[in-house]
Amino acid sequence: MSYSVLISISVSSLIHSKSSNRNTMWLMASILRRKSNEKPFLLQLRLFSVSKSHVRPDDQQQRIEKILIANRGEIACRVMKTAKRLGIRTVAVYSDADRDSLHVKSADEAVNIGPPPARLSYLNGSSIVEAAIRTGAQAIHPGYGFLSESADFAQLCEDKGLTFIGPPASAIRDMGDKSASKRIMGAAGVPLVPGYHGNQQDIDFMKSEADKIGYPILIKPTHGGGGKGMRIVQSPNEFVDSFLGAQREAAASFGINTILLEKYITQPRHIEVQIFGDKHGNVLHLYERDCSLQRRHQKIIEEAPAPNVTDDFRSLVGQAAVSAAKAVSYHNAGTVEFIVDTVSGEFYFMEMNTRLQVEHPVTEMIVGQDLVEWQIRVANGEPLPLSQSEVPLLGHAFEARIYAENVPKGFLPATGILHHYRPVPVSPAVRVETGVQQGDTVSMHYDPMIAKLVVWGENRAAALVKLKNCLFNFQVAGVPNNINFLQKLANHRAFGIGIVETHFIEQHKDDLFVDPSQSVLAKEANSAVRFSAVLVAACICVKEHSALKESPHGGHGLLSPWYAHPPFRVHHHVRRIMEFEWENEYDSSGSKLFRLSVTYQPDGNYLIEMGEGGLHGSEVKVACLSEHDFRVESDGVSTDVSLAVYTKDGIKHIHAWHGLHHHHFRQKLGRELSDEDETQHKTSYVTAAGPPGSVVAPMAGLVVKVLIEDGTKVEEGQPILVLEAMKMEHVVKAPSAGTVHGLKVTAGQQVSDGCVLFRVQG
Amino acid sequence: MLGTLARRTASVLKANSVQLLHRRAFCLGVLPDGLDRNSEAFVRNSQVMEGMISELQTHIEKVLAGGGAEAVKRNSSRNKLLPRERIDRLIDPGSSFLELSQLAGHELYEEPLPSGGIITGIGPVHGRLCMFVANDPTVKGGTYYPITIKKHLRAQEIAAQCKLPCIYLVDSGGAFLPKQAEVFPDKENFGRIFYNEAIMSAEGIPQIALVLGSCTAGGAYIPAMADESIMVKGNGTIFLAGPPLVKAATGEEISAEDLGGAAVHCKTSGVSDYFAQDELHGLCLGRNIVKNLHMAGRQGIMNGFQRINPEYKKPLYDVKELRSIAPADLKQSFDIRSIIARIVDGSEFDEFKKLYGTTLVTGFARIYGQPVGIIGNNGILFNESALKGAHFIELCTQRKIPLVFLQNITGFMVGSRSEANGIAKSGAKMVMAVSCAKVPKVTIIVGGSFGAGNYAMCGRAYSPNFMFLWPNARISVMGGAQAAGVLSQIEKANKKKQGIQWTREEEEMFKAKVVEAYEREGSAYYSTARLWDDGVIDPADTRKVVGFSISASLNRPPEDTKYGVFRM
Repeated sequence: MSYSVLISISVSSLIHSKSSNRNTMWLMASILRRKSNEKPFLLQLRLFSVSKSHVRPDDQQQRIEKILIANRGEIACRVMKTAKRLGIRTVAVYSDADRDSLHVKSADEAVNIGPPPARLSYLNGSSIVEAAIRTGAQAIHPGYGFLSESADFAQLCEDKGLTFIGPPASAIRDMGDKSASKRIMGAAGVPLVPGYHGNQQDIDFMKSEADKIGYPILIKPTHGGGGKGMRIVQSPNEFVDSFLGAQREAAASFGINTILLEKYITQPRHIEVQIFGDKHGNVLHLYERDCSLQRRHQKIIEEAPAPNVTDDFRSLVGQAAVSAAKAVSYHNAGTVEFIVDTVSGEFYFMEMNTRLQVEHPVTEMIVGQDLVEWQIRVANGEPLPLSQSEVPLLGHAFEARIYAENVPKGFLPATGILHHYRPVPVSPAVRVETGVQQGDTVSMHYDPMIAKLVVWGENRAAALVKLKNCLFNFQVAGVPNNINFLQKLANHRAFGIGIVETHFIEQHKDDLFVDPSQSVLAKEANSAVRFSAVLVAACICVKEHSALKESPHGGHGLLSPWYAHPPFRVHHHVRRIMEFEWENEYDSSGSKLFRLSVTYQPDGNYLIEMGEGGLHGSEVKVACLSEHDFRVESDGVSTDVSLAVYTKDGIKHIHAWHGLHHHHFRQKLGRELSDEDETQHKTSYVTAAGPPGSVVAPMAGLVVKVLIEDGTKVEEGQPILVLEAMKMEHVVKAPSAGTVHGLKVTAGQQVSDGCVLFRVQG
Repeated sequence: MLGTLARRTASVLKANSVQLLHRRAFCLGVLPDGLDRNSEAFVRNSQVMEGMISELQTHIEKVLAGGGAEAVKRNSSRNKLLPRERIDRLIDPGSSFLELSQLAGHELYEEPLPSGGIITGIGPVHGRLCMFVANDPTVKGGTYYPITIKKHLRAQEIAAQCKLPCIYLVDSGGAFLPKQAEVFPDKENFGRIFYNEAIMSAEGIPQIALVLGSCTAGGAYIPAMADESIMVKGNGTIFLAGPPLVKAATGEEISAEDLGGAAVHCKTSGVSDYFAQDELHGLCLGRNIVKNLHMAGRQGIMNGFQRINPEYKKPLYDVKELRSIAPADLKQSFDIRSIIARIVDGSEFDEFKKLYGTTLVTGFARIYGQPVGIIGNNGILFNESALKGAHFIELCTQRKIPLVFLQNITGFMVGSRSEANGIAKSGAKMVMAVSCAKVPKVTIIVGGSFGAGNYAMCGRAYSPNFMFLWPNARISVMGGAQAAGVLSQIEKANKKKQGIQWTREEEEMFKAKVVEAYEREGSAYYSTARLWDDGVIDPADTRKVVGFSISASLNRPPEDTKYGVFRM
């Protein structure tokens, strides 16, 4: 077969899928990208679009025409994209908290499955199955997390006649038990970390096993995950305490306190292999991913293929993964995780994840395949579209996970409203997998991941350039997030040359986290933020003006001259003072206040001066490109500036992005809302009739709560008791500091209007 | 109109830039440049005007500084802003403010009284044009001198005429007691402020007071008479008599805050409606009041006047060149069209009766899209010019087109031929038309304003909605030299009757004195200090100021004009 024929097939298939669905543009584009310079790829493309003639699809099985996605967020959206491209209808399920989420909007149908807590909704297998039956879905895609690795759920689907798009329940069960999985793997000849995985849990026996393996050693519960109950024991004399602690924690968390022992690898890398199997016994691997960059035992940057490994290693680890999958008669997508000892170069089986993983896009990018499509085709009983030798390895891909989290506070998950969300534009080489939109709330109920940024390049260095650029242009404001931290990771020299291991963040923390003693850095940051403040001041003025022009009275009509720019004054120029507060991460004393004076020049430019010395007046020219984008010229240099402005808790938040900088300022608003005078309430509860300091009931009502005891010393304004009247609760506060006397009322007592409740004596 | 456009476009396409200037002169309605930039006169005029503007600027800098560094510091130590800063925070952010009579009180009293101790002007709040009246507490404690009252009343007059909501930023010690005779008893004195508030409120023009400082005695009626008022905790006080007077009268000892602070008046007395935590909060509340005005004082604005063209063109020529037009020597004439060309949209001016009564230029144009009728002087007013002026005013009033007067007038023609031709009758026609015209009128004095010409061209006595002067403007009943001539002849006759010989030197000295007095009293500063106008402006700002003035004047429904008896 000649190449020209192949091309004609591929192009027609491209046109076909293009007309069917626009959501697959990224894939289309990625295929086109490779088409131009990767000849071998055309071969796969042919196989991809025309099913193998020698293996007929299973005609007995009904093909999937409607899928229910038993998940939320980006993975639900991701699955729907492929389903739509394949002409498969989609059903979303959602909890009350996700009523307006993107995954609900993206689906053809959506079913509410319960209240926000996951165990009452996304983990409620029976109601999900019921939703599938109600909507007539033939298959359920579990995504990752939630029920994706529940053998019971897979079984339940099967029992109800639904196709579970994933491995057989037996494989899930085998791999779910860490000790059992290791036994099976050991038998299949897959290398295991030296350790003890037996049922004998006697402490002395365990100690002797530990001594045999050698220290440092890892103590781990057989069930559960997420690092719960894990202990690293450096020397024999620490063993007993750690062992008992791990047992207790395991019992508390998982109800099963069986423990396993493993050699602890001091400089490990986390390398995992994407495998795929079909129902005909074919299993292949799609190369490995390196997921060594982790925090709190969770991956944040993944890449494929793994850097700094030899081809021999690659094929060895791949074969080991295939053997592992075959050992449990695996089909559908799976990942075999290995721990690699960077000192010895040995790799050992860790565990197998029986689902499509979060980081699957990096594999898709380097093999040019859609793994969700593969999953569906395998679930339909089709054979794998490629054989092992046909799997291409094209370029390099990174994935960075953007989380709502508080990096300085130990990466604690953060919640809040995404007031500004502008991901980078997607292209053949850049994917953004997301389940949120601007204005969505990142709630405490679920995983706080905002998006996955996936980039592809001809090689690792080229991909890394794109990754850095995309991270700088990825705009999120409203919730604390890790973009800045991801930038630091991506820019780290060790990461740049691919020297990674799971302790990377811990090892390089001095570079990655801010050290207040680094005065050079602090000074640099300070000058950057001052410049940023100048840009923000100018952009705010322009923004204000364009908002005025667009307001109903500003743009046209009789009033237009009043809103012309610059604003007119008789014989002088408008000069205004702007104050921005900046949270200075280099200075523990907290926020820093910038006071800027902005003078509107007759030519429309701004003269901006900063209070304290140093940066003297700069003349700034701003062109407004859109609501958020500006082109700012200062000292002969033009820069693009993006601005996000939102109000939270009476404070105006301003985020500015320019060059490689992102700064967050706060501005106090005029107290527009409160015209309450605290001192007014004081007088309203004090009566002149009683002794001085007497407090009377402001209205007739029921005493709901008495908050303090008689004779207690109180502060001014301290709540003393709560009254309920007219279905409203009223807090009665101390009018001044002092001691409370004569507090005789009790909860449940009715008091009349104006009666003395207590008095406060100073 | 379309034809004009098409032709112009075609000419633009065809012509190179040199021809362009030439061709524009032939396009219907588009005024030629009219300036010879290489001429000696141009250079000299520019230099003279530059000198005048820099002199003006030094005066302005002084008044912008308010009552001096010490007073300003004291003011800010009380968490108070200066009056112009207060206004900046009340008007829509980034919008314009037309301040009136900045130089009121200039060299009027022995002590300086910057801006007359009160800042007035117009600016938009939530898209509603409002009149601001803000006491300057740094100037004599914000007390009312006679000129302060005059400026306050003038602001109210404009507000009443244009139906602009009034926002009073009160921070004043009340009347300036040493001059009580000039501030208290007369009709146009202190009491008139409250009278105006009542009358305007009755007409549905909102009256809003922000009490940002003291508000004593008579001043207490400003917030008390207002429709809605705000008081700032700690700074705002209202009482008929302050603590010292209370102590003297009744022996009661009480602090200002307890006597008449925000809490007392917002909670107990009900004298004020909104309680502000601090000044910024108070200003926010002030904006909110305007936001909620809805239709108050707005009935009928949307109909009647011609809907304006939202897209307007700038003048073809640089407005800054308005600084180079007024001749250094008042006796020299210039073509008023070169000013019109730098004021109106696209420099387009459709002249009416161009060939008749050529010393008066009349025609239609637009300013910021708003149609206007322009009347400008190109010399002495003759019979024909006056008749043409009256005719044109009638056209504009019928069509509800606002009038803009560009004054540069030495007067009506005198002499036997003129009198015999009935110049007084013709002049009377124009004065009648000007007086009765109920369309908005804006007068700019770009040169001289003498004698009855001042009347016919809508001087202060003819209640133009707004009137501004260029720094070179001169206003007097006649020229200094002419007055000296007349007066010396009379004096000479008197002396002769008494048998006194008047030497030539004595006569010259007498004349020089008269000329000197006319010189002084005829200047723009003398006028603006006494509020004979609404301010001295930079010629380059003329288009903007006229635009603002017309925009503010159209903030009310149009009225029908009814003329008196024209002497035929």
